[in-house]
Amino acid sequence: MSVIATAADVIELAVDATTDGDAQNVAAATGAGMAYGLAAIGPGIGIGYLVGQAVQAMARQPEAAGQVQTTMFLGIAFTEALALIGFVVFILLKFA
Amino acid sequence: MFALEFPPIENLVIWPAYFGEDTIFEFNKIALISLLALLIPSVLFVLAKKDMVPRGLQNVVESTIEFVENQVIMAAIGPDGMRFLPLLMSIFLFVFFGNIFEVIPTFHMPANARMANPAFLAVVVWVTFIWVGAKTNGVRYFVDIIWPPSVPVALRPLVGLIEFISVFILRPFGLAVRLFANLLAGHILLVTFGVLCITLWQTSWLAAILPFSFGMLVALTGFEVMVSFLQAFVFALLAAVYIDSSLHAHH
Repeated sequence: MSVIATAADVIELAVDATTDGDAQNVAAATGAGMAYGLAAIGPGIGIGYLVGQAVQAMARQPEAAGQVQTTMFLGIAFTEALALIGFVVFILLKFA
Repeated sequence: MFALEFPPIENLVIWPAYFGEDTIFEFNKIALISLLALLIPSVLFVLAKKDMVPRGLQNVVESTIEFVENQVIMAAIGPDGMRFLPLLMSIFLFVFFGNIFEVIPTFHMPANARMANPAFLAVVVWVTFIWVGAKTNGVRYFVDIIWPPSVPVALRPLVGLIEFISVFILRPFGLAVRLFANLLAGHILLVTFGVLCITLWQTSWLAAILPFSFGMLVALTGFEVMVSFLQAFVFALLAAVYIDSSLHAHH
């Protein structure tokens, strides 16, 4: 909680000090870092859960391993997309 | 301490032209890699003999085809999807060879880390699955998406809107961004550790931790080879899944 509050303070300070030339860069860099960091939380949990369940399924039914693996990659691809959109936002905020 | 001097980010976008600058025939490194990604698999497939007992190159080519048949088409569509083998095979090979140039010395740039390539491939897949859906199910294909019959009437406008956005807008967008961002992130990762190695080499006593940084660079190169293959596989698999959802819309 305190980390988020501190980061929000930094953005506020940076936005307030519009006279400073660096302020905008600071805000962009902070926002970019937070965008990617927050975007990585959900997919991280999701992929961990997904692969864990897939491993369990494969251990219980080794003969279905091929099918489970294909479905697992599909699920990973869908879950991972959210983190990657966060990465694209990072690039846009930082460099655009 | 020391500051890492990264090459400017514009280097990803602006490439010096080999010839034909400022015309539509402008040819740079990305175009060269794309051309190679088209030519290498084509030449390999033409050179492979068609013996009864496969040997050497023919083995590689045949197992590639079998991989796409079993792991992509049979897994996602089923036996009636075999007519999409040429399309999915081309997509798989083009994406894979475009990706693998990420770790090949003197190139060190995946063609798919530029948005144009993934976006074009996504448009091809988009047109294909809409065409297949319209051809198999006629107008019902679009009606079933916008006004889904299996949902209570009160919810149909909402679900229909969500379905419309997810099928016609988010699918190609996600397909393109997934490939693009994965490859761009991998490229930036390799550049970061490369720059770190160079910087450590130039500083005096910090060179002691150079082996770790270099080991990381080597390990990540291996990881990127895996990512190149996996992303090509996932792209082809998702294309097959989207085609399947148009082909078997009523199940």
